[in-house]
Amino acid sequence: MRVYFDYNATTPLSQEAVDAVSRATRDLFGNASSVHHFGQQAKAALDEARSAVAALVNADPSEIVFTSGGTEADNFAIRGAAEALEGTPRRHLVVSAIEHEAVLNTVKALARRGWTTTLVPVGHSGIVSPERVAEAMTAGTALVSTMHANNEIGTIQPIADIARIAHEHGALMHTDAVQSAGKIPVDVRTLGVDLLALSAHKFNGPKGAGALFVKRGTRMLPMLTGGKHERNRRAGTENVPAIAGLGVAARQASAKMAAEAARVGALRDRLEAGILRAVPGTVVNGSPGARVPNTTNISFDRVEAESLLIALDLEGVAVSTGSACSSGTLEPSHVLRAMGFPSHRTQNSLRFSLGLFSTEEEVDRVIAILPGLVDKLRALTKRTVSA
Amino acid sequence: MSGGVDSSVAAALLAEQGHDVIGVSMQLYDQSEGQTSFGSCCSLDDLHDARRVAAAIGIPHYIMNFERQFDEQVMSNFVREYAAGRTPLPCARCNADLKFATLAERARGFDADAVATGHYARVERDEASGRVRLRRGLDSGKDQAYFLFSLTQDQLARALFPVGDRSKEAVREYARARRLPVADKPDSQEICFVPDDDYAAFVTRRAPETAHVGQVVDERGRVLGEHAGIHHFTVGQRKGLGLSSSPASSTGSPLYVLALKPAEGQVVVGPRASLERTHLTASGVNWLIDVPAGAVRATAQIRHRHPAAPAIVRSLGNARAEVDFDTPQIAVTPGQAVVFYDRDVVLGGGWID
Repeated sequence: MRVYFDYNATTPLSQEAVDAVSRATRDLFGNASSVHHFGQQAKAALDEARSAVAALVNADPSEIVFTSGGTEADNFAIRGAAEALEGTPRRHLVVSAIEHEAVLNTVKALARRGWTTTLVPVGHSGIVSPERVAEAMTAGTALVSTMHANNEIGTIQPIADIARIAHEHGALMHTDAVQSAGKIPVDVRTLGVDLLALSAHKFNGPKGAGALFVKRGTRMLPMLTGGKHERNRRAGTENVPAIAGLGVAARQASAKMAAEAARVGALRDRLEAGILRAVPGTVVNGSPGARVPNTTNISFDRVEAESLLIALDLEGVAVSTGSACSSGTLEPSHVLRAMGFPSHRTQNSLRFSLGLFSTEEEVDRVIAILPGLVDKLRALTKRTVSA
Repeated sequence: MSGGVDSSVAAALLAEQGHDVIGVSMQLYDQSEGQTSFGSCCSLDDLHDARRVAAAIGIPHYIMNFERQFDEQVMSNFVREYAAGRTPLPCARCNADLKFATLAERARGFDADAVATGHYARVERDEASGRVRLRRGLDSGKDQAYFLFSLTQDQLARALFPVGDRSKEAVREYARARRLPVADKPDSQEICFVPDDDYAAFVTRRAPETAHVGQVVDERGRVLGEHAGIHHFTVGQRKGLGLSSSPASSTGSPLYVLALKPAEGQVVVGPRASLERTHLTASGVNWLIDVPAGAVRATAQIRHRHPAAPAIVRSLGNARAEVDFDTPQIAVTPGQAVVFYDRDVVLGGGWID
């Protein structure tokens, strides 16, 4: 039995999404920009997907730009907005310290081109404080970016409050909603954001499709220049099969959201409580209240997360930690580091993220095998230290 | 699995023999900024090669992050040794302190019975004594037992060297036959973390304080010139002394580095004859046999790719030993290992004082 508890990395496709992708691959080969029948069919699939994604986040379809995924959507949001403001006095960016690399490294790249940036710290709760954002704001702030839900610990950020602060200072508000869209209600109007990124493969859609919500009237320069696709905002022939899959996944997520959140949330709580009970020296990272329902991040005292992850994989259980570096090894989590945890705690935490196909049986299996694996690794740690 | 042909074939052989093999590569230094500044082995490309080989063999593969340990146990030692006027041997440190220590400990956590590497060396269990014997690799041109002298009996008991009884050519043949993607990859020659084989530049970068100018002197203390830091030199070195027309070379005989004096910042040079030594002492000695009570007849090897020479070896206690060679040896170099053999069996070894 192989257990997959790494849904925050990527999810298996729902059968409906698989069908949509394969149908579109087979039948909708036309170029959506073409005038003829084949083009029109492809275009209709894009329109349908656009409506579905718009419905998922309560946007107007005209405000949805398809991208190749979350990373591109984040890049487009930040670079597109920044480039449109280049040459104005607004040359400052405010982002939280626990953003995904897609945001952090994009901001870093802009910093090398003369933009100033402020990283807003977070405390042990893993929740960005709007007050700290307010302190970071200047008259020159062009854009604030705070993720909706954190990928490593699942904490949900007070986006609406932060957006209000951004707007009070005349700045744009972007949120990376890659880990929340499809899992919990995401409403661009209630959140008050100008830009919002999401990705299909985080909610049982295919890889290679994502979207950026761009609030009507937001000035953006295109990232990719070429043909007039996506209302001149993203050139390049659309990946119709993947986008069709995104649309179906978005419809399904909308329809099942409340029930799935309750079901997966109960599994996550069972797993979390089971691990805390069965394995001494464990603690949950991040505020347990405001979290997406599928994620728990647990520190295992006196265990190297890297070893535990491999030991679990050899037992057929797939989990994850921090973010992988270019070679695929594990690095101390920048999120836990930003939360102010000591270095050992940033290297002994595992992320368990559940989803559509997770079962109680899988949860119980993980609870059953973890204590033995942890004991074995702890015994070795002790030996190494005493040697 | 370094991504080279030797460890790839080692893994393939074990898998073929029906062992339950887990492929592990070690990430030893930060590679987030690309590879241009790194040396020859364990670069990002090599880690990708290891992954491809593991996939071809059909075994799981993990890359473990040993950046901190490698820095603390291998690179820091390397820099310290050069700064102290010694010539370090980082591969031996890495074997004893990382591969067969930290990595082996991690492997125990996965219920692994042994750690296998692509070293050209052989281990055999001696039923009579209960000890593990470490022997040179069958391919004398590739033998790496020298780099493994400091492994303990415990470490050796859990070590496997699957290519040790093969020639390099046979290893490559096997890799080609199995269509391993690294079959014709060139051997790595340099120290993996030193770009372009430029040790001095590496030491200067890591420890700028070592790069102070000093004097080049002859055996009687006469100043012959200046140098840019003793870490640029190793005992026995002839080139790069910057002394083309010095008085000591008026006889026409070339000058060699005889000794490095870190306290005085001096490099002592002289004729080749002055490099000859018949005696040395070593510290950090590891015996793979019972610590000998008296003198032991052995051959002793003072550097990699150097013939072992007949000698008498005596333990001095406290993990120290002395070696008396039958005939003078050229360039006994502090910091390198001296390894004692009985024919091709490693008896022990230590670090030259």
